[in-house]
Amino acid sequence: MSIINLEAISEAFLAKQGKLPHRVIICAGTGCVANGALKVFEEFKKQAEASSIPYVIELKKEDVEGKHVHISRSGCQGFCQMGPLVTIEPEGILYTKVKPADVAEIVGKTLAGGQMVERLLYKDPRTQESYKGNDDIPFYKKQSRSVLKNSGHIDPECIEEYIAKGGYFAARRAYVDMTPAAVVEEINFSGLRGRGGGGFPTARKWELCRVQPGPKKYIICNGDEGDPGAFMDRSVMEGNPHAVLEGMMIAARAIGADEGYVYVRAEYPLAVERVKKAIAEAEGRGILGDGIFGSEHSLNIHIMEGAGAFVCGEETALIASIEGLRGMPSPKPPFPAQSGLFGKPTVINNVETLASVPIIIGQGAAEFRKYGTAASPGTKTFAITGHVANTGLIEVPIGTTLGEVVYEIGGGVTNDAGEPTDEQFKAVQIGGPSGGCLTPEHTSLPLDFDSLKGVGAMVGSGGLVVMNKNTCMVKIAQFFMQFTQNESCGKCVLCREGTRQMLAMLEDITEGRADAHTLDLLESTAKAVAKASLCGLGKTAPNPVLSTLRHFRAEYEAHVFQKRCPAGQCKALAAPKIQTDKCKGCTLCAKKCPVGAISGEVRQPHSIDPDVCIRCGVCSQVCKFGAVTNI
Amino acid sequence: MKGEFVVIDGRSIELNGEKNLLEVARKAGIDIPTFCYHSQLSVYGACRLCIVDIEGRGVVTSCSTAPEPGMKVRTNTDEIRAIRKVAVELLLANHDQSCPTCSKSASCRLQSLARRFGIEQVRYKRVSQPQQLDKSSYSLVRDPNKCILCGDCVRACREVQGIGAIDFVGRGSHTSVQPAFGKDLKQVECVNCGLCASVCPTGAIIPKPEIEGVWKAVNDPKKKVIAQIAPAVRVAVGEMFGLAPGTIATGQIVAALRMIGFDAVYDTSFTADLTVIEEGMEFLNRKTKGERLPQFTSCCPGWVKYAEQYATDMLPNLSSCKSPQQMFGSLAKHVLPETFGISKEDLVVVSIMPCTAKKFEAKRPEFIVDGVADVDFVLTTQELGLMIEEAGLDFESIEPESMDMPFGQKTGAGVIFGATGGVTEAVLRFAAEKLGAPKYAPVEYRQVRGGEGLREATLTVNGVELKLAIVYGLGNAQKVLDDIRSGKCKYDLVEVMSCPGGCVGGAGQPVSKYGDASARRAKGLYDSDKMLDTRRSQDNAAVADTYKDTLGEVGSKLAHDLLHTKYKSRKRLSDSDMELLSGTGNKKLDVKVCVGTSCMIRGSQHLLQGLMEHIEDRRMSSCVDIKATFCFEACDLGPTVSIGGKVIRKCTMQQALDTLDEELSAMGAVAD
Repeated sequence: MSIINLEAISEAFLAKQGKLPHRVIICAGTGCVANGALKVFEEFKKQAEASSIPYVIELKKEDVEGKHVHISRSGCQGFCQMGPLVTIEPEGILYTKVKPADVAEIVGKTLAGGQMVERLLYKDPRTQESYKGNDDIPFYKKQSRSVLKNSGHIDPECIEEYIAKGGYFAARRAYVDMTPAAVVEEINFSGLRGRGGGGFPTARKWELCRVQPGPKKYIICNGDEGDPGAFMDRSVMEGNPHAVLEGMMIAARAIGADEGYVYVRAEYPLAVERVKKAIAEAEGRGILGDGIFGSEHSLNIHIMEGAGAFVCGEETALIASIEGLRGMPSPKPPFPAQSGLFGKPTVINNVETLASVPIIIGQGAAEFRKYGTAASPGTKTFAITGHVANTGLIEVPIGTTLGEVVYEIGGGVTNDAGEPTDEQFKAVQIGGPSGGCLTPEHTSLPLDFDSLKGVGAMVGSGGLVVMNKNTCMVKIAQFFMQFTQNESCGKCVLCREGTRQMLAMLEDITEGRADAHTLDLLESTAKAVAKASLCGLGKTAPNPVLSTLRHFRAEYEAHVFQKRCPAGQCKALAAPKIQTDKCKGCTLCAKKCPVGAISGEVRQPHSIDPDVCIRCGVCSQVCKFGAVTNI
Repeated sequence: MKGEFVVIDGRSIELNGEKNLLEVARKAGIDIPTFCYHSQLSVYGACRLCIVDIEGRGVVTSCSTAPEPGMKVRTNTDEIRAIRKVAVELLLANHDQSCPTCSKSASCRLQSLARRFGIEQVRYKRVSQPQQLDKSSYSLVRDPNKCILCGDCVRACREVQGIGAIDFVGRGSHTSVQPAFGKDLKQVECVNCGLCASVCPTGAIIPKPEIEGVWKAVNDPKKKVIAQIAPAVRVAVGEMFGLAPGTIATGQIVAALRMIGFDAVYDTSFTADLTVIEEGMEFLNRKTKGERLPQFTSCCPGWVKYAEQYATDMLPNLSSCKSPQQMFGSLAKHVLPETFGISKEDLVVVSIMPCTAKKFEAKRPEFIVDGVADVDFVLTTQELGLMIEEAGLDFESIEPESMDMPFGQKTGAGVIFGATGGVTEAVLRFAAEKLGAPKYAPVEYRQVRGGEGLREATLTVNGVELKLAIVYGLGNAQKVLDDIRSGKCKYDLVEVMSCPGGCVGGAGQPVSKYGDASARRAKGLYDSDKMLDTRRSQDNAAVADTYKDTLGEVGSKLAHDLLHTKYKSRKRLSDSDMELLSGTGNKKLDVKVCVGTSCMIRGSQHLLQGLMEHIEDRRMSSCVDIKATFCFEACDLGPTVSIGGKVIRKCTMQQALDTLDEELSAMGAVAD
């Protein structure tokens, strides 16, 4: 096979693209698809045909002469809250919450008439101000999208478009112009740290593996993203799979690997399909396989679908899983870089880490270091969700403060009905079940690896859950503990039994059975599990407990000593009470009470008999005057 | 690493190639607690008890940390003590706490660590539900309620025996150790060696007790109860009464058994001598003819079942000799009823064995003749100790007594059977004479002794070269089998024992705190051999008399019936066929259709249906037996159908029906 000419492919693609006056990009990320983005895509084709606008779908295959629009799908554009998203280029218009019924109007007004459909533009819920495109929208304005840049834009199934965006040039540089040591040195200079959780310096991992004797070594891409609510890696694999492959190629070059695995959860079928396609295309183009870029090196990449165990995100468990064994971690050392897959030196990097690599090698480490902090350079993606106006996938320079993320990008805290408020958040859980919670006192805390570690939290994979004042922190700890105890592999005593007992104690606390010993035992158990568990899952499993105990001890104590849930969320502790000044005596609560615990004369304040009440909460739900309190 | 030191709890310890800190600490006399570390198994790191604090590195597990010169290690900081306590308490919370009635009570590591850590109260609640016990196996009982999931059994079965009959199932707190698909232990590849039970730190897997039945028999005035004692028992039972491993206690055992109520006490070494002669002759025959070599030993029931499962191609190479236990059983049941003047049914043969697989062996259908088992009960060494304890006997002060005759007569060759290499050496002592070695040539063949799990020796006797392999651990047996199959190695005789160190390391032996217990017990056997005046099986006068009075000559019909056996392939998942149509006529055509997975997906179900319908259409149901069977072991050539013994591969419907019609007309079948 002749050596691939990246420049020629790029030029040909751009020339083709240049002939098309318009491009419609429909976000086909998970959130938008769930909201009907694919129907919108079909409708665009239909409407374009109906208005006899000639269009193309697959640029690389179809002839563009005389065509007008390129209708394409992209990976996640991030603003999931407002999906399905449709971007019109070159105007840079972003339409939000687009329904199939809106498409005719977009085609007619914007594509044919060059006008905007005002009602589909993003409108700030607070100021009611409309924004034309994502350069202006506050959600995007504060971000620095680098890893996600192409993801929300290009056609992930088109290698030509990836190349036209500069793709695989970095890999070629690594294979043709650089020595393995030089590649490691460049990554070292960039200061890149693992984006999967721990923030371990990537170059150190690579160097340890590079110096191991060969010839057989492996590169593994860890796409076993399992944190509830996290979908950064999924978005990258779905939206820009070639960036992941290119990152793997560069890593393979650095360490001397000739075989690689992409480990993806089977629950990510689209990611599996896209990465598979990307591998096939890269092989077809001679980018992967033997004699890469005319060198004597080869790299073959396989896909391995994980069966959905959270613990398989842990390196040694992931390796065991690929080897066909039960996904359980093993003690380190030896580190995978010394003895990994099938006993050979292996580097395992997270998806986002690998997707950052081509950027560093392509633009140089110095450019990469322009973002982020000195100790944690670059950008980091976060999945922001919970009681926040703008949920979705964001990418910010590492070191952006928590306040900037929640209030500026996230658009502030919402109430339980989802309406924006001016209130402070009560807590932000960062890093998923392995992370910890942050409080308003951390509003100006920079979100970087070391600062977060300092306050007992971690970047983790980058989940951010914003919680408003009505959240019970004990319940939150219980929720995460439920998750980790389910996902514990069951190997080591402390994690297996410790998470189970901690969960039982949290249940005791939220259900009113706890006493002073429970809190002490909970804390000492959490500390033992954190200190001496076998793997990262176990070591971090107590974090939600330890950090809520640290910041919200009073709330725990209210549950334990006063049998009261200050947030009013723990049903077993609820003590419904009718406030006489607010009760109008409408009798509705008395009628709805399933056990007849409420009595009172019509138009007179009612009262609840606590001995009869079963704390079901129906009275407070039906009261139209807010007269029933639960706490 | 001579001259390099680590500092543990303030004392400098010189390194000498230890793999991990735990071993270094042990060498220094510090017993770091652990459940899941075994020097013979892979490092697992699950129990977290062996944590230590390394200066500059913090808390790590000592089992998985390689010693580095200059390390400063502390083993009992407050933090470490607290974590260990939490770990043990966490285990205790969901552990079945019926300790006084647990057979592992005296040697339970969970119990001893709880005591050692001063745990006075378990602060956690019980959150698990009781699980069912698996009592299906003849040899072992699994009690999941006592399992602490240390994985020792799983690794021992896989790494030492190469079987993997049990593994982890479920995730997190739902994890449990089970045979595949939640089947009973009896239904899977378990060879009953009991290595799982001997490494289990608690009572989650224990040898299946048979003590109760034995007590009932000895207390039944109608029954004559006799015992046979395996060689390895005599050098181990004393450990349960404070004696050192290897202390020979044959006489005490005999006296104790008589005091318990046994009517006669014999020696399995007697039939070991008999085995040597039968197996030796068999070997010499094969060697002369050059056929079915290498000959594999067949005394170990774990190995025999293993071979029946995984080495069916080698079954013809196994010696056809029964094990000494079963030779004793069949001989006793043949001879002794007359001696005692009782019926066969009233003679109760109790074996006392270092072994759990012997319990299974005694229940093999071929060893039960007309409903009477050759061996009625099999007690382990541990069970013997428990019976002596229950009887209230002060073992150390018992006056030794001698065995009953004639089956209590033994030679040194029959005694060393209990150690790895012993069977080989015993056979060599016999074969050498037959090959023309001088009668008073030295009897010791030290080149076949040793501690390694796979040993080879080549020796020349009177110009005849004998190539030998001695193996313990079935994982090692697999290696030898592979080498034989590939032609890499050529042997004449291969001795295989399942247990590490041979029978002295059997799973029925007392739990020892000494790592070298097996070696010390083996030394006891070799010492015993030295002290005997007859050391070659052919010199056993009682054996000679037995041939003269009972068996006739070596290789006679009766000798063959009583002392030899046959093996069967156990490769099928299920050896019972499913009867779908059972003809009522006298002459019937046998039709079998494989419904294993591979044949099923190639359409065997369809064939089966077609055949049934065809037979019904022709009204031939009375002339045909149709069975759905499992696996003809030619999965790529499926679907496989067998009609009247004719096996048809890649069978089509037409072929099946044509063959059926041909066979039916050949046997002259007529419609109903």
